[in-house]
This record gives sequence, structure tokens and C-alpha cells, in this order.
Amino acid sequence: MANVTRRHFLKLVGAAGGASAVYNASLAMGLMPQVTARANIHLQPAQVGKNNKVVILGAGIAGLSVGYELEQAGYQVTFLEASHRAGGRNLTLRSGDLVDELGYRRYCQFDDKPNLYFNAGPARIPGHHRRLLHYCKQFSVPLQIKANSNKLAYNYEHGKFDNQPVRVGKYVADARGFMSELLWKSAGTINFDAPLSEEDKQRLLDFARAYGDLQENGHFIGTDRSGSKTDRMLENSVPNTPITMERLLDSNFWRYSMHATEEYDWGEPLMEPVGGMDGVVRGFLRNIKSPIVLGAQVKGIQQTASGVQISYQHKGELKQMDAHFVFNNIPSHFLSGLETNLPADYLSAVSTIKRGKLFKVAFQMKQRFWEDEGIYGGISYTDQESSQLWYPSHDINAEKGVMLGAYVWRPDYLAKFENLSPAERLKLAAQNGEQIHKGYSDYIEVGESMAWGRMNFMMGCGNYMTEEDREHHFARLQAPEGRHYLIGDQMSHHAGWQEGALASAEHALLDFNQRLASGQWV
Amino acid sequence: MKLPNYIALLAGALVMGGNLHSAVAADLSQTEERFVYCTVCHGSNLKGNEDTGAPRLSHLPEWYLLNQLNAFRHGWRGVHMQDEGGIEMRPMAEALSEDELKKVLAFVGSKASDIPKATFSADLAHGKQLFAACAACHGASAQGNQALNAPPLAGSSDWYLKRQLMHFKQGLRGDDGADMNGNTMRASAALLADEQAVDDVVAYIQSLN
Repeated sequence: MANVTRRHFLKLVGAAGGASAVYNASLAMGLMPQVTARANIHLQPAQVGKNNKVVILGAGIAGLSVGYELEQAGYQVTFLEASHRAGGRNLTLRSGDLVDELGYRRYCQFDDKPNLYFNAGPARIPGHHRRLLHYCKQFSVPLQIKANSNKLAYNYEHGKFDNQPVRVGKYVADARGFMSELLWKSAGTINFDAPLSEEDKQRLLDFARAYGDLQENGHFIGTDRSGSKTDRMLENSVPNTPITMERLLDSNFWRYSMHATEEYDWGEPLMEPVGGMDGVVRGFLRNIKSPIVLGAQVKGIQQTASGVQISYQHKGELKQMDAHFVFNNIPSHFLSGLETNLPADYLSAVSTIKRGKLFKVAFQMKQRFWEDEGIYGGISYTDQESSQLWYPSHDINAEKGVMLGAYVWRPDYLAKFENLSPAERLKLAAQNGEQIHKGYSDYIEVGESMAWGRMNFMMGCGNYMTEEDREHHFARLQAPEGRHYLIGDQMSHHAGWQEGALASAEHALLDFNQRLASGQWV
Repeated sequence: MKLPNYIALLAGALVMGGNLHSAVAADLSQTEERFVYCTVCHGSNLKGNEDTGAPRLSHLPEWYLLNQLNAFRHGWRGVHMQDEGGIEMRPMAEALSEDELKKVLAFVGSKASDIPKATFSADLAHGKQLFAACAACHGASAQGNQALNAPPLAGSSDWYLKRQLMHFKQGLRGDDGADMNGNTMRASAALLADEQAVDDVVAYIQSLN
């Protein structure tokens, strides 16, 4: 098929076989991701007394998955976990939970109620995260729908729209209206590669009208898609006055946040485990029999002729553990600080994985005031430091609720929050929230913040590589170094997501299985 | 913030620490639980870790460590937003009680680690010329001079020395009027014309190891 582009080829297929032929051909060509049920990982059973002892460093999601699967296959598995708990960044904070931040060790002050919790790490699961959903099903982790967007939530931008928050649905409807009107007006003058037929042109006009809710004449005069000035139940609907196009373009919401939920991972509907994201961790723990040694800080990793030797500190004692293989889930940026005999070029490759950061604030509110404003779940956006406010999807109409008061990854905002004491962070987030919800601060009872870049044994979140480094080193790091596998979300293209961690775990297990079968490790 | 009392454990650590300086490879001595925090970023044996940005500490004398911990505690160091590493460290220093401050110095002193390898190369001859000015305070072999509050430079990682010199030049360190030693160093770092000069002098210091 020389000189035929993939897109052109698909057009040809479509002409011959219709849409389903295009779909199947696209799958075959790897152009479309396939969302299917996930099968169990099948590993060869472990041999007795030979190559059967495995140590997992770090009981985060990738480590738990690898350990669980190997245990199922009959391996003798031990987990060494530095912190006081399993789960890694899958952390749900409730009343009395330790927040082990460097310099600010503290305990979560929420009321002691099961539904008042803060998913400080991952908080959302899309339907195509098949590996994670597979485990949720297998371990009977109950899930519920989590609203990730809400047309009645707000966008606030300092200095725009008279400093008033605008309902997301109103902004989107008006933006679509004006874009559609533009399309309508210019449909006859747009230069496509090939001239439009009259029929195509009419369809384009119809599309514009449907998309933007335009008048018959193609004008946009507002739409009741975002509500009415009147009580729609008793009177004719009268659309709210549209935001002018000038003001829409002057705002920055359309640059990114307006489209956030168009992202594949944030597309509705999303899910969350009932009672907190750590339901996933508890699911693993219910099904793992192998020992998980908490408070075991790894100090050294030595490769030996036929295995690995791990040095670690536990309860004030230095200990050593010998194993045939190690699956290492420790954050990559710590490896260079350990005593290891891993080769220098391997460690250099590891060092190309850079520390990412993420910051969150959660407030326990004495009253679910957002529900009085018609907001049940979803996200408000602000161009201030807090960036996002999340409303809980669970416990609607309850007395209190824990809502997210900040969700920050923009580097300057994140640095500003991290640099404050925990109490000062809550103050800043409260001031930000006040711009969206009048009286916001008065509803706050207690708050908690999560600065992943400062958390003990973590010091980061969502590690990343440059495209160039990934090209040169990623495959090398996916492969084992001797009997040492580096795993975790850091070893995926999707760091910061549990699905990335599980993909890395699965890749390492299948690679391990294949090498073992090929006789690489005799 | 209240931390548990580990004095008994600490005594054990100090005894163990006494004979460790000569046996680096075997040095996986235990760390008192409350000082595990140090090893998270600075490495098992406080050998430093470029990936976390935390410097090697195991070779530094107590008096200099105390100076710097106090510089953090006084808000002289680790306050500029661009000084990411300093900002990460400052709350740790602030959280130490007076008692812990003394004990953490003993803990650091109990650790030993390998001399760091060079991570970049530069013009050694030019670096040697430039170093003549540094040697007045830091000593001809960069061994340091307590009388002048000038720390040893030999034994520190080149990437860390470079970063600190740049920070002094940029006013991210040594900028507070009350930080006399920092002020002195800031003025000295200003004598290095540019980043290349910093690279050259640091490469020379590294070559002294």
C-alpha cells in the first residue's frame, strides 16, 4: 500500500465495508484502543525450592498486584513497606489517621464518621481502566458513580465576569452557541480540501444549529440549555442573556479547564469505591496471605550470583533478606540514595525518571452548602491557587461533608502551597473558596492538606520522563536488571494513576514469566 | 509536635556508629526511628542523592551542620521560592527540638559513605586559578576551616556545590542581613563571573577528592 496513508486506507475500507469494517480495521492497525474485559494473569506455577522466593519493595498498588499474582502462582512472597501502612499513594484519610509529612507530622482531625473521608491520592476510576476494575470485581470492592463534572458547578476567574463565578453549563452553552454561529456564517466561505456539495453544506448548517442551539436564521441569542430567567415549570422558558463573545474569549476557561472532562481518563461517568479509594487496598489485603512487613525501610539492594540480598531496618534492628527476585516499587528518585550494586548505567537510566508533585486540600464542612446551590458532585474551577473544588458524590443530603478545597499541579501554585505550613495552606484555600461560595470559610470545621512532594517515603507523585529520555531508557528500565525489576506507576506512560501502576505490574509479571520459561535464570 | 523518646535506642546507635567510618561497604547501621526522615532524602548512609536534590552529609563536621540547621531555623536559608531543596529542608530543621538538634548532629556524625563521583567535567586549570581565592578560607585542599566558619568543600557532590554557588550568586542563599557567613559567601560567589566559572572551580574541587 505504498503512497496510501492510514487515514486514506480507512476511507477506502469504509467505502467497501461500512463503519464496522472501519472499526475492525482500526483495531487491527492499532489506531483505536480496545476496551474489553480483563482476564486473569496466568503465570507458571513456582517450582519448589528453586527461583521461588520473591521480595516486593513497597506495598503500593503495583507491589500489591505483583505480590498477589506471584502468591497465587505459589511463590514465597514477602513485602517490605517503609511506611506505617500499605497502599502507597492510594491513601484515604479519616479521623485520626497519620499524615506523615516531613516537618509537619500530624493526624487527620475529621469527625470520626465513615463517610467523612479524603481520597488524598487517586480518587477517580474511568470505565476503561480494565486492570483496576478487574481487581475491584475480583475482590468484591463495591463501586459507585462519581460525578467528575457538573454543569451547575462554577468557573471563577479573577478579574473576569465582574469577579462573579459563572456556572460551567452556562459558559459551555454560550461558547458553543457563538462558535456555531461563526460556523453558520462562514459555512459558505470555508475552503476545504475539496469543495462542499450543496448537500454537505446544508448538513454543516444543520450541525451548527443543533450544536449551538441557534435560531432558524443561524443567530445565537442565548439558549435555555443553561437554564431560564423564569420558572420553567410554570412559565415559558426564557434563556439567560448570553455572555458576550468578547468576554468569553477574554476568559481563559476555554484554554483547558472547559475541556478537562473531554480527556479520556476524566470522561463521564467515573467511579470510586464506596467508602473511600482505599477499598482497593483493603481488597488486596483481604486476598494476600504473604507477610507485609510495615515500618521496614530498605537501605540496600545487593545483587548476588543467584539472587538478591535486601538490607532493611525494622523496629530499630538491621535485617537482611535473601530472595531469588526483587520487584521494586520504591519511588525511583530514592534508588540513588540506597546502597546498591546496581550498575551505574542502570542507575543513570533510573535517574531520568523525574519527581512529579501534586497537592490537595480537603475541608470538612459543617453543612453541605453546595447542595443548596444545586451542586451535587462534580468540580468547580478557579484560576486562583486552589485550581479546583470537588464536591462529594456520596452522602447527598447528609449533615456534613468533606469536599476538596484545592487540587493543584500548576508548578507555581503548587510551590506556594507546599511552602506554607499546614494551617496557612488551609487559610489560602479558604480565601480562594470564598470567591466562589460566599461564606465558604464559615462552613469549614477542620481541614487537611496533602503535599505528596513532602510525604515521608514518597517525596513525589506522578513521576515523569522527557520524551527523549523515555525513548532511550524506558524499555531498558522495563527489562529486569539481573533479578531486579523496577515497577510502579513511575514505570508506565500513565504515572499518577493506579491503572499505570497495574499496567507496569502486569508487564513485569509477563516478562518475568517468559524469561523464566526461556531458562534465563537457571 | 511531640515525638517519641528514643534515647535508649540512640545510645545503641552511637555505640554502633563509633567504628563505622572505616567500613563504608558494610555500613548499614541502624538509624534511630525519628532520624529515618533524614535518610529518606539524603540516602541510607547520608551519601546524598541528586534525584531528590539532597546533599551528602556524612562528611560534614558538626559545627557546620549546626550552623546550617540554625540558618534554616532562623529563616535565613530555604525561604526563596526558587530554592526548592532549601524549602523542602527548612520545615524539617524547624521541627527539631533543642535536644533533637544535638542528637541529629551525633547521628549524622555516625554515618560514613563513599566519596561522590564527578557528574560533569570542566576546565580544571581555570578552576585551579579561581580556587586560589576560595582556598584563603576553605583551605588549600578544600578541607575547611572552623575558625573562619568555612566548611569543607572536598567530599561534597559537584552537582550540589554548583547549585549552592549559583544560589549564592542569585541571592537565593546568603541574602539575609543577619546571616553573616552567608553574606560573606554571597559576596565571594559574586566574584565567579558566570556559570562556566562555577563549573570550572567546582570541577577542580571535585578533583581534590
